[in-house]
Amino acid sequence: VAVKVAEARPAPLDVERIRADFPILSRRVGGRPVVYLDNASTTQKPRQVIEAMSRVYEQHNANIHRGVYEFSERTTELFEGAREKVARFINARATREIVFVRNSTEAINLVMYAWGRENVHRGDRIVTSVLEHHSNFVPWQQLAKDVGAEFVVVDIDDDGRLRRDQFRSELERGARLVALTHTSNGMGTVNPIGELVAEARAAGATVLVDAAQSVPHAPVDARAIGCDFLVFSGHKMLGPTAAGVLWARAELLEAMRPFQFGGDMISRVSAERTEWNEVPWKFEAGTSAYVEAIGLGAAVDYLTGVGLEAVHEHERALMAHLLPRLREVPGVTIFGPRDLDHRSGVVSFVMDGIHPHDAATIFDREGVCVRAGHHCNQPLMTRLGVPATTRASVYLYNTVEECDALLGAIASAKRIFGV
Amino acid sequence: VDDLYRDYILDHYRNPRNFGELPEATHRYHDTNPLCGDEITMYLAVEDGRVEDVRFTGRGCAISQASASILTEEVKGKTLDELRAIDREHVLENLGIPISPARVKCALLGLKALKGSAWGLTEWPGEERERAAKS
Repeated sequence: VAVKVAEARPAPLDVERIRADFPILSRRVGGRPVVYLDNASTTQKPRQVIEAMSRVYEQHNANIHRGVYEFSERTTELFEGAREKVARFINARATREIVFVRNSTEAINLVMYAWGRENVHRGDRIVTSVLEHHSNFVPWQQLAKDVGAEFVVVDIDDDGRLRRDQFRSELERGARLVALTHTSNGMGTVNPIGELVAEARAAGATVLVDAAQSVPHAPVDARAIGCDFLVFSGHKMLGPTAAGVLWARAELLEAMRPFQFGGDMISRVSAERTEWNEVPWKFEAGTSAYVEAIGLGAAVDYLTGVGLEAVHEHERALMAHLLPRLREVPGVTIFGPRDLDHRSGVVSFVMDGIHPHDAATIFDREGVCVRAGHHCNQPLMTRLGVPATTRASVYLYNTVEECDALLGAIASAKRIFGV
Repeated sequence: VDDLYRDYILDHYRNPRNFGELPEATHRYHDTNPLCGDEITMYLAVEDGRVEDVRFTGRGCAISQASASILTEEVKGKTLDELRAIDREHVLENLGIPISPARVKCALLGLKALKGSAWGLTEWPGEERERAAKS
C-alpha cells in the first residue's frame, strides 16, 4: 500500500515584489491603474527580459553561428544557452529537440508541412477537438482537404470538458494524427493530457499537443506527457514576441524534411545538391530571432526563479476568489468546467443584454483590459451557442484587488445598460 | 452619464426602429462582422428610385444595432442617389459618440449592409473610396 506523503506546498508568491519587476504595470489608463487581464492573449514583460534583450543590442550584437569574433560568439552562446534553458524547462531529452520558431502557430504549420504532408495520406484520420485554437484546427483541416484525409472534431460535454467516450470511439476507428490542446484558450478547460496522449499513442496515432496555454502557467513535462510534438509561444510566458518553440522527439525531427530552405539550415551546398544541417538548425532557416530567443531564455529564468508550482497556486487562488463572485452576479453565464481542478486561470463569460464588445469597452474605461470576441475559437463559440464571449485571464502578477476591479467594471456595465 | 453609451444609443439598441423583415423588399443584403459576430440584414422596398420602406434585422453589440437603427430612420423616403451620399463620416457623425478604431466596424456594419442592398457594394464604407483613390 502506497503511503500518501503530504506534498510540500510551494511558497506563496510575493506578488508585490513581482509587480515591481514589470514597468508597464505601474501605468495608468484613463486616470486609473491598468488592470491587465488579457494574459491568454499575451503577457507583460519583466525588466529582466527587457534588459536581457537590450544588453545584446547594446553590448555584443552580431549574427549567430557565423562570425569567429567575440560579439558573434557571445551572442551565439546566449542563443544556444536559451535553447538549453527551454529544454530543461519542459524536460526535453536533449537541446536538439528544441526548434525556435515565431510562435505556436508557426510550430504547428511546420509540423503540418514537414511531417503532415509526408505522413498523412488519403483515407487517414486526423482527430482534433472543438476546444482547439484556430492554429491547431485550420492547418489540420486544410491538410485533410489537400490529401483526402478525414478531419474529426471531438466534442465537449455540458461541463465544457472533452468527451472521453467520443475521443475513445474515434481512436478505435483509427487515427494517424491526434492534435489536442493541453489547456483551452477560449474557456480555460484543462485536458487530462497525459491520459489522452496515452490513449492516442496506444491507438497508433502520432500526437501533437498545443501547450501555449499550459507551459506558462504550471510545470509541464513534455516527456511525461508522452506526445510526439509539443508547441508553445514565448510571448505568453513573459518573453518577447517571435520567440516560439517546437519540441519534438529527435528521431521525428531527423526523419522530417526541412520546412524552409535557405541559410543556416544547410551543411553543404553545390549546384547539384544540398545537404541539410543537423537538427534543430535544419528547421531554422535564415537569421533566427536570436535576440528574442535570448529574451525567452531570460523569461524562463524568471519563471523558474518564481517557481511554476507557485505560479499555478497563485492563479488558482485568484480564480477561487473570482469565480464564485462572478457566478453570483445576476445575468452572468460562465463557460467551462465548474471544478477548479479542470480549469486554468481563464474565465470566459457572457452577460444578458450586454454584448461582449460593449462590456469590454466599458471595462476599458475603468482600466480593465480583457478580451472580447471569439478568441480564435469559432467552432467553440458555435458549440457554446454564442457569437462571442468576454474573457479575463490572470497571471502571476495579478492580484485579488484586480479581480475585484473586474467585478466592479461588470457592475458598471450592468448599471449603464440597465440590466 | 456615459459619453459612449448615451441614452439615445441605448434606446435604439433596446428598441430598434424599423426592426423586422420586409416581405415586399426589392433589395436585401445580409452582412456580418466576423471579428465580433455582429450581424445585420437590410431590407429596402424601392419604387421609382425611392426608398418607400426600410427594415433591418440583426444581433450584436449596442453600437452596431443602434447605428443601423438610426440609419434606417434617415433613409426612409430618400432616393437611391441620396442614399449614395451617405458615407462613413456621415454615419460616424450622426451617431454622435466617440468611436474608437477598434469599434469603427461595429458602427459601420449597418451602412455596409445598406450599400450592399442598394447596389451590391461589398466593401467596408470608406475603403471603397481608398481603393478608387489609389487606382
